[in-house]
Amino acid sequence: MSANLTPRAKFATTLLRTAAALSRATGRGDGSVIGGRVGLIVEPRLLELLAEGRHVVLISGTNGKTTTTRFTTAAIEAIGKVATNSFGANMPTGHTTALAKAPKAEYAALECDEHYLGQLLDAASPKVVALLNLSRDQLDRAMEVTALAAKWRQTLQTSAGQSTIVANADDPLIVWAASVCQRVVWVAAGQSWTADSAICPNCGSHLDRFGEFWRCTNCGLNRPSPQWSVAQEGEAVVGPDGRRYELNLQLPGRVNRANAATALAVASLFGVDPAQAAPRLSEVASVAGRYAKVEREGRQLRLLLAKNPAGWLESFDMIEPNPPVVLSLNAREVDGFDTSWIYDVDFTSLAGRKVVVTGDRRTDLAVRLEVDGVDFIVVDDIRAAIAAVPPGQVEVVANYTAFQDIRAEFNRVN
Amino acid sequence: MSTLRIVWLYPDLLSTYGDRGNLLVLAHRARARGIDVEPMQVRSDQRVPHTADMYLIGGGEDGPQAVAADRLLQDGALNRAAEAGKPILAICAGYQLLGASFYANGRAYEGLNILDLRSDRGPSRAVGEIAGEAAPQLGIGPITGFENHGGRTHLGEAVQPLARVTAGIGNDGATEGAWAGHVIGTYMHGPGLARNPKLADLLLAWAIGVDPSQLPPVDDTWPERLRAERFQALSAAQ
Repeated sequence: MSANLTPRAKFATTLLRTAAALSRATGRGDGSVIGGRVGLIVEPRLLELLAEGRHVVLISGTNGKTTTTRFTTAAIEAIGKVATNSFGANMPTGHTTALAKAPKAEYAALECDEHYLGQLLDAASPKVVALLNLSRDQLDRAMEVTALAAKWRQTLQTSAGQSTIVANADDPLIVWAASVCQRVVWVAAGQSWTADSAICPNCGSHLDRFGEFWRCTNCGLNRPSPQWSVAQEGEAVVGPDGRRYELNLQLPGRVNRANAATALAVASLFGVDPAQAAPRLSEVASVAGRYAKVEREGRQLRLLLAKNPAGWLESFDMIEPNPPVVLSLNAREVDGFDTSWIYDVDFTSLAGRKVVVTGDRRTDLAVRLEVDGVDFIVVDDIRAAIAAVPPGQVEVVANYTAFQDIRAEFNRVN
Repeated sequence: MSTLRIVWLYPDLLSTYGDRGNLLVLAHRARARGIDVEPMQVRSDQRVPHTADMYLIGGGEDGPQAVAADRLLQDGALNRAAEAGKPILAICAGYQLLGASFYANGRAYEGLNILDLRSDRGPSRAVGEIAGEAAPQLGIGPITGFENHGGRTHLGEAVQPLARVTAGIGNDGATEGAWAGHVIGTYMHGPGLARNPKLADLLLAWAIGVDPSQLPPVDDTWPERLRAERFQALSAAQ
């Protein structure tokens, strides 16, 4: 690890840490991005050099990568130090910073933006790559989702020869992309959004679905038998030998039990006993503000981040049945400027409860809710939203920058 | 008419940008007038019903667009619906495939020839807010939407532009969309009908066989506020 770095790489690492610290001290964020940028200018191979000799897992997908990375880190920490980009800086600058900040960590769990998977495969030579799901996200600027799956398939074929893939058997796009790899561990991680995989990604025919099973009647692509799954009853993960690992997660929802299953599958490939790792996952209370519980004026808010249709549907599945719900929508550059995806989300499950709408694009949400017959009130910001609901529990669902705005109101709660 | 049957064609192939929203908006606005709606989602491996009162077709990627055009040509029902004067609303890739030809997967494909137009590739992708002055005969006022397409569309003699572009690209930077009879094609998703309630009402009126002015009014406070916001955002940016 860092002992083997060239003088140039050491210098780059020092500069990186200084830049990151300055950025933090001046309140510009956690400094991951700027630090990494500085380091990579001085030594373009810095990421590769810092990754060398470590056991690396890359975690990618449209939804759940930050949480799964946190779970995976907690699980592997059972046997050693783990470098991780826990602030969601999931491009090479963030990866470089994460590794530079933890020179002694033997392991690295890196959340990877979907579009950088190929670059990271080449630079970090991961032992394991976890692929969670692919669904529509940021329509105005991101690649369409089938094209992204095709790109993954190609990049895995050329660059993942040494890696074991942990992949979601329930997502046809993931299965198609990962099936070119030699060693794949399949996890039944679920699929909350099926509309982007009605059609076989391999041949364009219809996929038949029977319960959780799916197959293409034309080319034969089908759901592989998963080695890991979420237990049907109770809160547990079932491993390859049928053994149950009980979960006692603080994070809500089936989707987080699936993230836990993926994390345990990854950790076991690093030699961690899942029975030892599972209890560690219950120590995760929030992830960069996601699922954080904050209190204001007698209202207990739970903050849920949901960036795309799949994420909103997952959030509606997680929320408690009775409390008021605050929905906040922005459409700034990182959110995507196009809000049309809110029509891919079914809001009818919110009918009958108190719904408060805010964010830059609250009017878009108002029109959307009216179409679904959900009553709502519209307010200017999160403070007004809090004032508009009675004391007690409140569920808050927001997309990316809307979520960051709300976090900022609560001292950037983690 | 007891129930308005609205077919949403091929959501398995063409539903990329909230296209379901147009169906939801039409159903919402019809029910607000006491008209029952039977939404019919027709997959690309199913026959297209002849008996519906309105047909919707959405946007999608190149591959699915080419498959959809091929299946619709073989099926024939959408062409017959157009000949019978049934309202058709087509968005983006769906709009292009109603023309004589369109461009996908690096080559030209035959379209359904329902609208006199053809589409090819533009110099760059058109992504962003779009606005325009709609054809006055339609009586729907200015239009607002979001576009995201690589194609450019050239209108023939037998169609008229849906609108003159005031922001965005649309067909070619000058006009947006096309209409002839009761068939409307547009690059506006967003979805178009949520932001353009009068366009939704025009389609409903055509389907029922009344003048739009005969439809009872619905409370459009929120859609009108959304329209004002989007037009204002564009004028602030210009």
